[in-house]
Amino acid sequence: MGVVLEAVNVVRHFGAVKACDDLSVQLQEGQTVGIVGPNGSGKTTFVNIVTGYVKPTGGQIRFKGDSIIGLEPRKIANLGITRSFQVPQLYTSLTILENMLIALSIRSKQQWGFWRPLRSAARLEEASRLLADFGFTDGIDHKASTLPEGGRKLLDVALSFALQPTILLLDEPTSGVSVDDKFAVMDTLMGVVKHSAITAVFIEHDMDVVARYADRVLVFSEGTILADGTSAEVFANPAVRTHVLGEGV
Amino acid sequence: MTLDQDAAVARDAGVGRDARFRSDAESEPPGDRPVSPRARRARFERGRLIALAILAVLALLPFLGMPGWLLFLLTIAFSKGLVVLGVVLLLRGDLVSFGHGLYYAAGAYTVGLLLRAGFPVRDAFPLAVLGGVVAALVAALVGLFLARYRGIFFGMLSTAFSMILYSLLLKLYWVTGGTDGIAVRVPTTLGIQPSADLIRVVQYYFVLAIAAGVAYLAYRVVNSPLGFLMRGINDNEIRVEYMGASVRRAIYQTYVLAGALGGLGGALVAVTVGHIAPDLAYWTASGEFIFIALLGGSGSVFAPFIGATVFEMVRNYAFKLSPYTWQMLLGSVLLVIILFAPGGLWSIIERLTQRAAARRAAAADPGTGAGDDKGRGWALSSKP
Repeated sequence: MGVVLEAVNVVRHFGAVKACDDLSVQLQEGQTVGIVGPNGSGKTTFVNIVTGYVKPTGGQIRFKGDSIIGLEPRKIANLGITRSFQVPQLYTSLTILENMLIALSIRSKQQWGFWRPLRSAARLEEASRLLADFGFTDGIDHKASTLPEGGRKLLDVALSFALQPTILLLDEPTSGVSVDDKFAVMDTLMGVVKHSAITAVFIEHDMDVVARYADRVLVFSEGTILADGTSAEVFANPAVRTHVLGEGV
Repeated sequence: MTLDQDAAVARDAGVGRDARFRSDAESEPPGDRPVSPRARRARFERGRLIALAILAVLALLPFLGMPGWLLFLLTIAFSKGLVVLGVVLLLRGDLVSFGHGLYYAAGAYTVGLLLRAGFPVRDAFPLAVLGGVVAALVAALVGLFLARYRGIFFGMLSTAFSMILYSLLLKLYWVTGGTDGIAVRVPTTLGIQPSADLIRVVQYYFVLAIAAGVAYLAYRVVNSPLGFLMRGINDNEIRVEYMGASVRRAIYQTYVLAGALGGLGGALVAVTVGHIAPDLAYWTASGEFIFIALLGGSGSVFAPFIGATVFEMVRNYAFKLSPYTWQMLLGSVLLVIILFAPGGLWSIIERLTQRAAARRAAAADPGTGAGDDKGRGWALSSKP
């Protein structure tokens, strides 16, 4: 497995908070990586830096060997790094299907077309298939605003996945989702992701979810990586048990 | 509880890979209820028939003893409808162009100045097209700057540009005629040189044909990927950018298109009225377009034309009834529309047609309660 993303000595501080403090990590092709850590440890900042939302004050981020520092989010998305958000970012006044159709038109670089309809037969077929993969079979003509949180999260991921990225970054895909629906959401999501060859990175607070779905776990603490390994390895690490899991505190 | 136990609970609850999501249909307002592909096709066919019927009725008006002044009023309304169509395309992206008088005046003055300079082509059609092209070029320049702004900044900056043109039209009187403006005499319309008693009829058909063609073009645009992207921008710019599309480019393209429509409308008004003045670029002209856009609504490409027709009618009769307080009457009409139909006049038409369709569906199949979506809830249901 080749390296697809490499962060080298990345630095980003917000006042006294060290969100990224000389952080270095490599992500391999096809891996499913879980990121855990306490609030303020730099998990979301790392994702924001990789996707171009936040600019680091030092260090380097390379995607397939090329630097992506300073690129706009849209350009990074076009290179093949897409993301979902902690608060799902959808087109809420449009239907679930129309959300997906827009994503597909952007993927095929046809978003500037103003003559042919968005609802072409080929695009409709692919959108329906992709939505079905993510569990949306009935009611795709309903507005996205009518979805419950679990559905919103899945649609947010589905839109990012539809762009056929090399790396898919998921910021807390189960936050706000009820305990009953959490595994349903992750099962659906990971089922689709693992069938593709993409590298998936997800930030998560629920250690059970991380243990079940991540091939590799990165434990963030104060802007650095405290532990890196399989879930069994990192959860056995005494420092992780103390600082992240809160045991013996 | 172990992970395997969690998974077992999840599976027993019917959630997991086979989970199916359904939307909370009851939380949707009736007008937003989903439409099946068959119903969508039926609605499209019905819409096409209605549009053709309206066009046929409008085409017959001159033969129904319609007075010349009313034909003139409709000609002006359809020309302004074109300008408002551009405003509505931008409104769909949550951009209020409070300076569309810039393009309206640019189109009109293109015709006036070309004729004054002895331009060899003196037919209304090529001149109107040139008005649209020049306005599009102006929009291409101004849009480079404006596409960076949103909200009040976009609105006020667009006003500023239109007021700059207004000042230029006033001050460069040796070119523009200053406050006197320019008399526009277009000898032919599509090669026809009508007599004085037929000129209103010819102009009416000319503008009606252009308005119908442009409405079709706008229909294609709003249903295209770019049209939906503008609605996406209205909803969530962040999502658009993180999908890899440029918000600025989408706004820029739509702005240029809206500018071209503004120029075309202005050129048609110049040809119809026969006189142009700097007031076309004044902020009240731009305000009028926003007024009409709100009056008509943005739910359809026909809405701006309906809005413009009602506006011209109300203004005409309000002025006749009360020459000194007609603005108050006009304002009251808008107030009533905003209070009772916030989506504009088009939303009233939409509501009526939806009710009729629901009644027809219920009558056709009373047992199934067709058209009734109640009883479907959002849930991670068990296997389908």
